[in-house]
Amino acid sequence: MGHLQAMNSLFRAATAGAAFLGAALAAAPADAKTQLTVYTAVEADELAAFKQAFEAKNPDIEIRWVRDSTGIITAKLLAEKANPQADIVWGLAATSLKLLADDGMLMAYAPKGLDQIAKDLRDPAEPPAWVGQRVWISAVCFNTVEAKKRNLPAPKSWADLADPVYKGQIAMPNPNSSGTGFLSVSAWVQTMGEEKAWDYMTRLHDNVATYTHSGSKPCRQAGAGEYAVGISFDYRGAKVKADGAPVDVLVMSEGSGWDLESFGIVKGTDAPDAAKALADWSVSREANEMYAKAYSVVALPGVAKPIPGYPDGLIQSMIKNDFSWVAANRERLLAEWQKRFDGKTEPKS
Amino acid sequence: MTGRTLDRVSPAPSPAVAIVRQRAGRDDWVVRAGLVVLALYLAVSIVLPLWTLLSKSFQDRAGDFVGLANYAAYASNPALVRSVLNSLTVAGLTTAITLALAFVYAYGLTRSRMPGRGLFRAVAMIPLLAPSLLPAISLIYLFGNQGLVRDWLMGWSIYGPIGIVMGEVFYTFPHALLILTTALAVADQRLYEAADCLGATRFRRFMTVTLPGARYGLVSAGFVVFTLVITDFGVPKVIGGSFDVLATDVYKQVVGQQNFQMGAVVSAVLLVPAILAFAVDRMVQRRQVAQLSGRAVSFQPRAEPFRDWSLFAACALVAFGLLAILGMAAFASLVTFWPYNLEPTLRHYSFDLMDGGGWASYWNSLKMAGLTAVVGTAVIFTGAWAIEKGRGAGPLRAACHLLAMLPMAVPGLVLGLAYIFFFNPAGNPLNFLYGTLAILVMNSIAHFYTVGHLTAVTALKQIDPEFESVSASLKVPSYTTFRRVTVPVCLPAILGISIYLFVNAMTTVSGVVFLYSPDTTLASIAVLNMDDAGDIAPAAAMAMMIVYTSAAVKLFHALATGRLLRLTQRWRAR
Repeated sequence: MGHLQAMNSLFRAATAGAAFLGAALAAAPADAKTQLTVYTAVEADELAAFKQAFEAKNPDIEIRWVRDSTGIITAKLLAEKANPQADIVWGLAATSLKLLADDGMLMAYAPKGLDQIAKDLRDPAEPPAWVGQRVWISAVCFNTVEAKKRNLPAPKSWADLADPVYKGQIAMPNPNSSGTGFLSVSAWVQTMGEEKAWDYMTRLHDNVATYTHSGSKPCRQAGAGEYAVGISFDYRGAKVKADGAPVDVLVMSEGSGWDLESFGIVKGTDAPDAAKALADWSVSREANEMYAKAYSVVALPGVAKPIPGYPDGLIQSMIKNDFSWVAANRERLLAEWQKRFDGKTEPKS
Repeated sequence: MTGRTLDRVSPAPSPAVAIVRQRAGRDDWVVRAGLVVLALYLAVSIVLPLWTLLSKSFQDRAGDFVGLANYAAYASNPALVRSVLNSLTVAGLTTAITLALAFVYAYGLTRSRMPGRGLFRAVAMIPLLAPSLLPAISLIYLFGNQGLVRDWLMGWSIYGPIGIVMGEVFYTFPHALLILTTALAVADQRLYEAADCLGATRFRRFMTVTLPGARYGLVSAGFVVFTLVITDFGVPKVIGGSFDVLATDVYKQVVGQQNFQMGAVVSAVLLVPAILAFAVDRMVQRRQVAQLSGRAVSFQPRAEPFRDWSLFAACALVAFGLLAILGMAAFASLVTFWPYNLEPTLRHYSFDLMDGGGWASYWNSLKMAGLTAVVGTAVIFTGAWAIEKGRGAGPLRAACHLLAMLPMAVPGLVLGLAYIFFFNPAGNPLNFLYGTLAILVMNSIAHFYTVGHLTAVTALKQIDPEFESVSASLKVPSYTTFRRVTVPVCLPAILGISIYLFVNAMTTVSGVVFLYSPDTTLASIAVLNMDDAGDIAPAAAMAMMIVYTSAAVKLFHALATGRLLRLTQRWRAR
């Protein structure tokens, strides 16, 4: 027996031995429910209710959430392209889903009740590769107690935030990991034009104390007074306010970036029927009513209603958003941003 | 690499098996088969993953061999190179501060008659019960922009090197203390008497007798602290701000950018200081053995009120610092909305409403730590026994011993990443382990193998080889001797190993951060993810759950051990 073969059989014997041990340890769940692996960027405090409502309607399916921030989930999906682990992507930015659809990673499917969904909140293709669920809009959390202490005026526009008076007072999500961070950047580029936007971000950068990994953290930090201003999004702002933080949730005069939480079935899933069941449920009235508990714009018209804690003029402030342009330029904008500003980010980026 | 929280022991292979050479019987073959299984197990759980990891650092994304290209890319990236410098800076500072504090503390415990020594000893061990994320979270509450005592920093920010060093001092303190108390506990009274007779001043006596006697301990403790800091990921992750270090770079490359090759390169860089420290430590320990001769008279400190009370004050200050950090985390977890609403509440313990896996992650941690303790202790102790007491098969035993010593030099983050590379490919017959609790258990056992092994070896060396000889001549199979004599005699050490494995598996972050799946989220990982989302109070709450659990298990263990010792170890008394 050659040296290499000896090594090989040694290796095989070793792995077999450990396999035995492993099998003894790995407790395999023996129920017959279909496991549906769902990649999502929806905030964890909402996920439990969605899971419960869906499983109540579909008792033979069990949802396994894989939850992380938008950037990480998108990177994970792209990295797993050759051997996808997710069955369905749910509650992820439409710009990311558009990217996946363009890469051919999504299975087109028209969920039951699709015709009721607002036309501009879904993939225009028939059948669509992705369908929108609800809109989240960038907003600024502003701590009034700390502002008084530190003598800071309330910002009215994005331009205000570049004023040196806010130096070291701003927390912003890193667009490379956070969808909220990215929608702010993409809105600035779309409304100001590319050159002016980079110039603006350079001045803003001087005021930013930290770039966070998640889009919620800046608002939570502003809520706790760690920093006076947190660039975040509407839902988190209202929630932090409801928790008792002395924050005002503000919209900036130049307009607010926004994106669509959307879903799309992953091509090659082992559980296409379960994934379709979740897709069907996701456009239902029941689901949309749940979406509307937290978000002010949802895909099914007539369901949304005013929510306490949300800033006035939020919906009016939504910019004209070109999803195709954003998806096509996403990678380029992120690389450029990283090159310019990434020194100041939190360790995980 | 984690510290050695058990007794420091010398690992030199035992000459104890001085038995008349006999022909190997059936019995010996059983032991030899056991050794082969052990060697294969260690190869699969340690060597092959590490090998896969290192080879990854020489490949491109497609898996083709590219030589040192990744290393060149690494060296030409100023941000990554800066991390090396940053890591060395915080590790150097932490080592200096921790050694100074731990030396004074250890001196107070061993060389004085200050009051409250038992209590001080217990307080100093607290950091071992908490994940390293806890001091970082606590420091934000103390010194952050809304911190209780932020003025103490005089305008400096806690986010960055200052916060990292403070957190790491808390985290590494007990490791340094354990080594230094051991080093200082053995001293020769006669040297001090001689110094006194020669009229040496107190200072001169300290410089010429005390310090030289403890220098090996100091070197050893210094290397342990240095390596712990270089490889720790929890503290800089939470409080490092924009100050990147090697450990956070690995995480950033792998989790943030899915760049596994660069992650492998940083891991390889991370191995260098760890292996260096390990090698020097082993050399130093070998020389330490000859320190105390058989004729030494052990040192008995006399009461000296001034010295005793000064040391008491110093130790009290350090102990207060440790308790303040723990207390702050406990307090923060119970406050409704820091800093605006200080009403007490339990709502931060409603983990199911937060990111990170909810209460399920806590139960997963308990299960994982429990399995690690039970399976790990069985594997480690039986393995050590086969290595120590087996007859013949010398090279095999030496190889097993070497493999058992290897994990000490491998940082948890590196081992975790190595597991992805080794177990994830579909071609590996062990691929089914990926994403299960079993792989977390396997990883934890491998990660903490060495200390358990050394503890077992020390305990086994205390058993006279006569037992084996007598059993052999009575034709009792060695596994019967193992069951009837060895295990009962070594019971205290066995319990010690299991508790060490349990507590470390509860608190570890770096080893498992790449390996958990949606079904197997862990409490320590939940702390990390909650902090990431800005849920700092729930993160503190989950960290405290880990502390309470480890403390309860330790307490139960202390009571059980006491009872067991009374029941089974009566033979030790004359």
